[in-house]
Amino acid sequence: MNTPTLLAAVLAASALPASAESRSFNHDIRPILSDKCFACHGTDAKHRKAELRLDTQEGAFGKAESGAVAIKPGDPKGSELWARINATDKDEIMPPPKSHKTISAAEKERIREWIEQGAKYQKHWAFELPVKVALPASTGRNAVDAFIFDRLKREGLAPLPEADKTTLIRRASLALTGLPPSVAEADAFLADASPDAYEKLVDRLLASPQFGEEMARHWLDVARYGDTHGMHLDNERSMWLYRDWVVGAFNRNLPFSQFTIEQLAGDLLPNPTDDQLVATGFNRCNVTTGEGGALDAEFIFRYAVDRTSTTVQTWMGMTAGCAVCHDHKFDPLAQKEFYQLYAFFHSSADPAMDGNALLVSPTLKTISPEQKKQLAEKDALRTAAAKRLEDAMKSLEYVDPATLGDVTEPDASLSQWIAKHEGKDTKELPAEVNKILKRKADAKRSAEQEKQLRDYFLANVCPKTKSIIGPLQAEVAKLESERTEFDKALPASFIMRDLEKPRDSFVMIRGAYDKPGEKVSRDVPAVFPPLPNKENPTRLDLAKWLVADNHPLTARVTVNRFWQQFFGVGLVKTAGDFGSQGQPPSHPELLDWLAVDFRENGWDVKKLVRLFVTSATFRQSSDAPAALWTRDPENRLHARGPRVRLDAEVVRDNALAVSGLLDLTMGGRGVRPYQPPNIWEPVAYIRSNTANYKADSGNALYRRSLYTFLKRTAPPPFMANFDAPSREQSCTLRERSNTPLQALQLMNDVQQIEAARVFAGKIITQGGATPHERITFAYRTALARKPAPEEIEIVTAAYKQHLAAYEQTPAEAAKFIRQGESTPQAGIPEPEFAAWTLIASLVLNLDETINRN
Amino acid sequence: MNPIIEHQLLQTRRQFFGNAGLRLGGIALAQMLGSAATGNAAAATSRVHPPLPGFPHFKPRAKSLIYVHMNGGPSQLDMWDYKPDLQKHFNEELPKSVRGEQRITGMTSGQSKLPVAPSLFKFAQHGNCGRWVSELIPHTAKIVDEIALIKTVHTSAINHDPACTFLFTGSEIPGRASLGSWLGYGLGSENNDLPSFVCLTPQYPKDSDGQALFSRMWGSGFLPTRHAGVTLRGSGDPVLYLKNPDGLATSERRSMLDALGKLNQRGFDKIGDPEIQTRIAQYEMAFRMQTSVPELVDLSTEPQSVLDLYGPEVSKSGSFTHSALMARRLVERGVRTVQIMHRGWDQHGALPTHIRKQCADTDRGVGALVADLKQHGLLEDTLVVWGGEFGRTVYSQGNLTATDYGRDHHPRNFCMWMAGGGIKPGISFGETDDFSYNIVEAPVHLNELNATILHCMGIDHTRFSFPVQGLDLRLTGVEPARVVKELLV
Repeated sequence: MNTPTLLAAVLAASALPASAESRSFNHDIRPILSDKCFACHGTDAKHRKAELRLDTQEGAFGKAESGAVAIKPGDPKGSELWARINATDKDEIMPPPKSHKTISAAEKERIREWIEQGAKYQKHWAFELPVKVALPASTGRNAVDAFIFDRLKREGLAPLPEADKTTLIRRASLALTGLPPSVAEADAFLADASPDAYEKLVDRLLASPQFGEEMARHWLDVARYGDTHGMHLDNERSMWLYRDWVVGAFNRNLPFSQFTIEQLAGDLLPNPTDDQLVATGFNRCNVTTGEGGALDAEFIFRYAVDRTSTTVQTWMGMTAGCAVCHDHKFDPLAQKEFYQLYAFFHSSADPAMDGNALLVSPTLKTISPEQKKQLAEKDALRTAAAKRLEDAMKSLEYVDPATLGDVTEPDASLSQWIAKHEGKDTKELPAEVNKILKRKADAKRSAEQEKQLRDYFLANVCPKTKSIIGPLQAEVAKLESERTEFDKALPASFIMRDLEKPRDSFVMIRGAYDKPGEKVSRDVPAVFPPLPNKENPTRLDLAKWLVADNHPLTARVTVNRFWQQFFGVGLVKTAGDFGSQGQPPSHPELLDWLAVDFRENGWDVKKLVRLFVTSATFRQSSDAPAALWTRDPENRLHARGPRVRLDAEVVRDNALAVSGLLDLTMGGRGVRPYQPPNIWEPVAYIRSNTANYKADSGNALYRRSLYTFLKRTAPPPFMANFDAPSREQSCTLRERSNTPLQALQLMNDVQQIEAARVFAGKIITQGGATPHERITFAYRTALARKPAPEEIEIVTAAYKQHLAAYEQTPAEAAKFIRQGESTPQAGIPEPEFAAWTLIASLVLNLDETINRN
Repeated sequence: MNPIIEHQLLQTRRQFFGNAGLRLGGIALAQMLGSAATGNAAAATSRVHPPLPGFPHFKPRAKSLIYVHMNGGPSQLDMWDYKPDLQKHFNEELPKSVRGEQRITGMTSGQSKLPVAPSLFKFAQHGNCGRWVSELIPHTAKIVDEIALIKTVHTSAINHDPACTFLFTGSEIPGRASLGSWLGYGLGSENNDLPSFVCLTPQYPKDSDGQALFSRMWGSGFLPTRHAGVTLRGSGDPVLYLKNPDGLATSERRSMLDALGKLNQRGFDKIGDPEIQTRIAQYEMAFRMQTSVPELVDLSTEPQSVLDLYGPEVSKSGSFTHSALMARRLVERGVRTVQIMHRGWDQHGALPTHIRKQCADTDRGVGALVADLKQHGLLEDTLVVWGGEFGRTVYSQGNLTATDYGRDHHPRNFCMWMAGGGIKPGISFGETDDFSYNIVEAPVHLNELNATILHCMGIDHTRFSFPVQGLDLRLTGVEPARVVKELLV
């Protein structure tokens, strides 16, 4: 049931002009052979049947012992493969019935044509270096359009006209910042008649701090970021500095190559900054356990496998999971090669057991510039107080009364006090003082020690002086402890570091943690360019290798993931699988052009994103005729503008922003917004520190969803309901489901109702006097556009109905407007307020509101 | 499978309940409501959540699955695996020949002794089949003639998290699809107004050692999220966000949804995206669930005789017994899979005290559920599975006294039982050694148990896979796993 591959073939076949005269191995044949044949006749040497491999020309053209040749170029009839796929005898037919795979008539036809045409083999497209071909001559705004429009022309299609300006500003704002435009922003854009008004808008959005937040959200799915360990107790962990690092990295437009190096190997850079160390949290985001009785070796193995697979999938778009247990059956990744990559991650210094601790070593404590300033202030205060103390000490004119023969008051005499304690162990004294005094009476004391004794005596013993010195000394102590507390509260985050002595790594037989086989050393798979440094390469060498000019995958995989983010579906739809089981690209030349261009531009992410969103392709209208929706439901051809359902976080942030509740504070420990009761409690381990959920109050309730505390074994329902992953594993592609549970959430979640009520307050106080004006205001606030007359009619009728009902039941109105923590605005008649709240809720429930048109 | 059909299917099934209802217009919605009200799901064409083409593979023996999960690892030695001769070995070291070279957990591997702890509980024979059952579960003892006891279930994992993940997803590593989501994906649902997969997480005795549950035990993993189990909750809204907010009457909800439907329809006319139609249908489904779910959880329609069967705890929402009755009501309405996740069975110490409470909390509900299914004629179409993620050791963890002992995790053999849909009633399968430490006859790996469950539901597990990252993943893994035919009628 390998649908993606087959589908790709079907789509490609229907989307491309029929090309019976030219069959390409990569495009037409490999998907079939990969799905139907490679499991037994592919790269996996151990499980290869009849010593036949069909993934290489040498294998397919060679003579078997029987004398038969699997593929005879130009001669289907003389090819054993052709005979076998057409056989009827169940012992002869390929693929064999027990594989539950069959080759369709259309597929057979393609194979026949390909053999007839000479059966030319190609290396899998993704392992060849991308090449920047000349742009097709085509109208449009930029390189993206050149390729997209050229293809449309060949398909007999034309691009749709540009979307209207209100759709454009909402689309661009949601895509670039995850937030809708304000009415003022929309007004300004509508008023700007200059030809580059849209480009200016895009530049403003790219420069806003919310850009980094929106970009980070997608990356954190890949990085499997969470706020708990993810296994067993699932206690809180402190990783949010890493999350904030990702936001910052996108905002300062850190080149993606550097973004890669710092996350994979920041710790191995010369003199790494705190920032670069925090970045290495990428490979500490994996789930860990602290379960009593779990075996260390097993989890050290698992963590290394997770880090290897995640890294390979993130940067190379390859699925390494198969090779944990055996040679990859479809792609050139031998089991041994997997473990050579694994060896890069196998010597990480973190323990097998996380101890259920907030911080699991290695960690790094960091200090922000603001905190540094605060710390400096504290230091200054402390120094000043210490100076005052010292001055006071100096200015004291103390004469030991004993030297004057006065021994009536022993506490007032330094010499008498010393004599009393000398040679004795007096535990009540501070340790330092006691240590000096406890020695024998005749022991020599240094001048420094004498001073210490004198100072202590004057500040704490002598009645005359201690009233002056005591308070000063207490102040110093107080400031000292404040400083210590401040320092203790500075945030820390998990980082990556290797053991001093690396672990030996082995091929683990059948992927079992306790069955080491052949010993391996760090290396990269043979199908790729070799590491420049073969001797003891490190993670840093691996990271640099990934972003080297001669790496075929990293740039492709990266531009594709960004493409998916902005256009809704990747040029390679299987964004996490560029191997032969993944789908071939819909626009291979565009993908390659973008990849090379991205690299040539110094991996400039903002520049790439700008190229996407300023293209005519992105700016097309998404209102399309039915035939287009039927012909290309996923919009792979881009004959219309992208229309995507908002992601979970954006659904919530949008409601908060529209209502005006949103708090844009950035960064920090995860916050706890409203959550229905009994999400954590029924599942959590009783002794877990995330067993009981207590929502925050005040502004923390209204922060962006990026900052919501994410407990991995029981994720926030508003997220899970709209397809956000649990972050237990890396996720490159979110599903977009459409369910009644989503409808219920938007109808009834207290967050949505409170937002509707606050939105209603705005509608009433700022939206004008008549329903007509107010409805217009509501639409402009939520959707940027004005409502059509028919829409005003429908909403007005609903409003009148609601108002009439609430006027009959004022007590119900009073209840309805009191949802959530915030207090309803005073001075609005409650039935009217309730009716507008329900209208505001209606607007927040519109399909258009939760979609990016 | 034909890729084009599959593609179309994916298109229509990208939604929890699909959009078939909508295509038929308002009349179809009314019909669906009608069919739900009369409990008649025969109108297969109007099923909003159809099976995959070609499913079931063969005539199913069971239409629904109720999986009663005893989380933490109930002790087979104190409930089912009767070893009278053990008394002779009280406090003796577990013989090396029995212990073998197997790994034991870090919790007891440091113990200087592994003393044999015979069960404190009395066993007696019950039913026509003469099954030996512990005094801890007198109500379950009454239904032994309905069940097939398997004494030789085994698993690879030795700790809770991996073992639970394996039990329900066939892999120790998080990320795979759970059993119930597989069933919903393959077989669809008979009910148009309820999810195909419902999970209950009842309360458990307060001082028991409750290990964590993980939403991945009913999650959809790599399958579309609409197949994830929907938690039917014991307190608050039974389904998340089900209830209208305070101060919002059903009439106003209806008129709001009417306006919403019109506005969304307008959006569809302009934009053309078929997803908009789906969304309109989903809002209607949500509205229907606002009625169908409260009706589901309203026990006032149950005759007193049924309530008496379950006992007084049944009226406490969120109790295990209440969940047991809920399970019957759910399968009665055509819900495909119901999971009851009862916690607190991890008895490393003071086992006798805690297992008494755990059994008292669940025994009556379990017995009543099977009896109730039978009296409603539902047992023949419903497969009931009972068990934990592993068993417990014969040797005591910590101090062994005449009245007290603890037991560590034991994945090498443990007891589960199955009843109903296609299962041979009144049998016992497999045998363990005198110490319930090793299997001596007929092992049943969890993959084989899952293969058997799928078989009962009409699915050939070798032909049931989903392509993920280059692999065709199955619930039952890559190694051959046999259907345990001996358990079947």
